[in-house]
Amino acid sequence: MKKHCGQAISWERTGGVIELALRREPLNEIGSLTLDELEQFIEELEAATSQASALIIYSTLPQGFSAGADLRELYEKGRKLARDDRVAGVRQFLERIHRVLNIIDASPLTTIAAVHGVCFGGGFELALACDIIIADKMARFCFPELRLGLIPGFGGVPRLERDVGYAVVRDLLLTGRSFNVQKAQTIGLVSQVASEGEALCVARATAAQIAKFDRHTSIVAKQFIKPIPYNELRREIEIFCTLFARPAVEEALRKFAESTDRQPYLP
Amino acid sequence: MPTLEQTTDEILKLAAAHFKVQREKLSPDDDFFEKLKIDSLQALELLTRLENHFRVELPDYEMQGVTSFRGLAERIQSRL
Repeated sequence: MKKHCGQAISWERTGGVIELALRREPLNEIGSLTLDELEQFIEELEAATSQASALIIYSTLPQGFSAGADLRELYEKGRKLARDDRVAGVRQFLERIHRVLNIIDASPLTTIAAVHGVCFGGGFELALACDIIIADKMARFCFPELRLGLIPGFGGVPRLERDVGYAVVRDLLLTGRSFNVQKAQTIGLVSQVASEGEALCVARATAAQIAKFDRHTSIVAKQFIKPIPYNELRREIEIFCTLFARPAVEEALRKFAESTDRQPYLP
Repeated sequence: MPTLEQTTDEILKLAAAHFKVQREKLSPDDDFFEKLKIDSLQALELLTRLENHFRVELPDYEMQGVTSFRGLAERIQSRL
């Protein structure tokens, strides 16, 4: 795997660890550019799997891991289209991002999300596709989609249900609130908490530990303990597209995209 | 349990230290967005620091309509 530096992400392999860095200003919003580059990364990842034992995903941006889907791009692209074309476009995007996240989820490598700061929406869903989430004390998680009249669409609901209790899932999805790393660790979402700014360092130490063990055993164990909810993931796409077709969602996206409100990230 | 005034004072100290503003320039009824010159992401960062400091969980929807340091203190006080 050659070192690659894209506009939205970069990656390299050092020894047995592949590192994927999210680097798109202002906060790693996941839109077309990021998706294109993730698809390129996935191709190289599959080819490089035999040479590595772990994948770390982290952000180089100081404010956080990722703010989620690029809502401004979603709004701008959609406003020029008829409703059916808008929904078709979203469905296509979701199917592509699901493919990327499913591959990460099922990767023979042990995958680690090293999270700091904001980890919202699609960014949270990217972290949930990983085997282990290591977060620093300033990490904050959220599924804010309800605020737009949507549910998470990148696979977040089935993956969150896989990891935490249903009561917590209902609280988070139905209130759209953000929560800190202490809460995240208490509910079993985050397995290790690092000091501020140290999530990547801790992730690298964890990857080094993982590299000590027999790969075949790790791969078999992961397949056994981490089922991938393919049916529910497909159902999530259907529900998302049905909700997305509603005029209220278009209006909510317009308000977000055009807002000069000083509190867009607060509920 | 600390008083509301004590909690407010701690918040002012913490905000001043982290956002590098002189403590003397902050008052309980100041608008923290304006005084600290922060946006909503930085407000979430402030919220996280306050949660860590006071060891409370404060849902961010409780921040709706809260713009003063005293308002923050009242929300935190209710969770102590």
